[in-house]
Amino acid sequence: MKKRQNVIIKGTKDGLTLHLDDSCSYQDLKRELDLKLSANTRASGQNQLIPVHVQLGNRYLSEEQKEEIKALIRQKKNLVVDKIDSNVLTKEEAESIRGKAEVSTVARIIRSGQILEVTGDLLLVGDVNPGGTVRAGGNIFIMGALKGIAHAGCEGNEQAIIAASSMKPSQLRISDCINRSPDIVESEEKHEMECAYIDDNRQIVVDRLQGLIHLRPNLTRLED
Amino acid sequence: MGEAIVITSGKGGVGKTTTSANLGTALALQGKKVCLVDTDIGLRNLDVVMGLENRIIYDLVDVVEGRCKIHQALVKDKRFEDLLYLLPAAQTTDKSAVTPEQMKKLIEQLKQDYDYIVIDCPAGIEQGFKNAVAGADRAIVVTTPEVSAVRDADRIIGLLEKEENIEPPKLIINRIRNHLMKNGDMLDVDEITTHLSIDLIGIVADDDEVIKASNHGEPIALNPNSKASIAYRNIARRILGESIPLQPLEDSGKGMFSKIKKFFGVR
Repeated sequence: MKKRQNVIIKGTKDGLTLHLDDSCSYQDLKRELDLKLSANTRASGQNQLIPVHVQLGNRYLSEEQKEEIKALIRQKKNLVVDKIDSNVLTKEEAESIRGKAEVSTVARIIRSGQILEVTGDLLLVGDVNPGGTVRAGGNIFIMGALKGIAHAGCEGNEQAIIAASSMKPSQLRISDCINRSPDIVESEEKHEMECAYIDDNRQIVVDRLQGLIHLRPNLTRLED
Repeated sequence: MGEAIVITSGKGGVGKTTTSANLGTALALQGKKVCLVDTDIGLRNLDVVMGLENRIIYDLVDVVEGRCKIHQALVKDKRFEDLLYLLPAAQTTDKSAVTPEQMKKLIEQLKQDYDYIVIDCPAGIEQGFKNAVAGADRAIVVTTPEVSAVRDADRIIGLLEKEENIEPPKLIINRIRNHLMKNGDMLDVDEITTHLSIDLIGIVADDDEVIKASNHGEPIALNPNSKASIAYRNIARRILGESIPLQPLEDSGKGMFSKIKKFFGVR
């Protein structure tokens, strides 16, 4: 009897899905994939590129191996790898995903010369003094006064926001936008909590906190 | 077993040396056995302010390098009966002549014989600062009501908070000019303390007498009639654990007094 197939090709309306078996060796898998795809190329006459979705199941592939698979598939004329899915994550990947989703609470004053950096959201219970810097991969929420520099979405997240009870920053940065505080400070009457975000013109604007509900609905993490 | 207190500020010229000299003197006046340690190697001047310059034979670097015994280097202040001593800094070499470990050992040794070791820290945050804080148990940050001094004080407080063996630092606001503060041309005491958010241990008014006294080699704390002297004496008593309200900055400043009392915790 013929052994079961290691590569199963399925056609969907978005292109092809390749189910790669996760219990055979990587070498066998590569060989069979090459064979299967070579057999298949003859049928397609048109020049249209067909996106391919690769399903790895419970197999973990290193970046190099992924590249190999991609190259293998790309060789076959009009196939192009759209994405590679696996049920397996390395510990580091899992940690980094968790880090990005986490809100880190810090109770401290960030003084001149100090830098506080977190991968996810930052909830700071305390002030950021002039000369101090807070940096977060996600949003920054400051319960005290922001008088130093805050950099939200520092890995390129333009949706990130900065909120502070007292917004007197020396500089605001979101993703790669920078906003300096005005040289002339208007009346210091405002005691409302404020927030900063990037608007449609890619400018950082400071506004009332309540406006965010409509601008950044994704801020809500609570699932009901 | 004594306690070592480092007097630091970050910025230069805010009055670290004057404060060290006067707190040392005031603590000695309270009957405590005090040793002043000048760690500003290469730019020593605590000895000048104390008027002990011409009695120096050995210095801190000599002690650390084993050229003399610690008691040989200590300069006794004749105005006090065996209560006040000074360990002068070396003038011929620089900050790198001593390591933090050596300083720590030295201060440990001094703590056996003295109630208080007052360490005068050099300006800056480099080797000299690290040496000065190495052996300290407590820290006092001196600032003036200027934005630059407060900014540097903030930096220094941040560095002190990282030191594990030092209690949370206390703040002295030095050289307050009342008329400028009242007009809002100078940062006021309240603003500075909320900004730095550490405990205030004293305020000292700007007083010409301080400069005059320093130039004569006599700490102002010896003069019982000066305002600055009383301020320093009060700080010394607060170091000893007494609870004393801050003095008013001016005689008729009733409103200010209650305001100061409020954040000093006196109700």
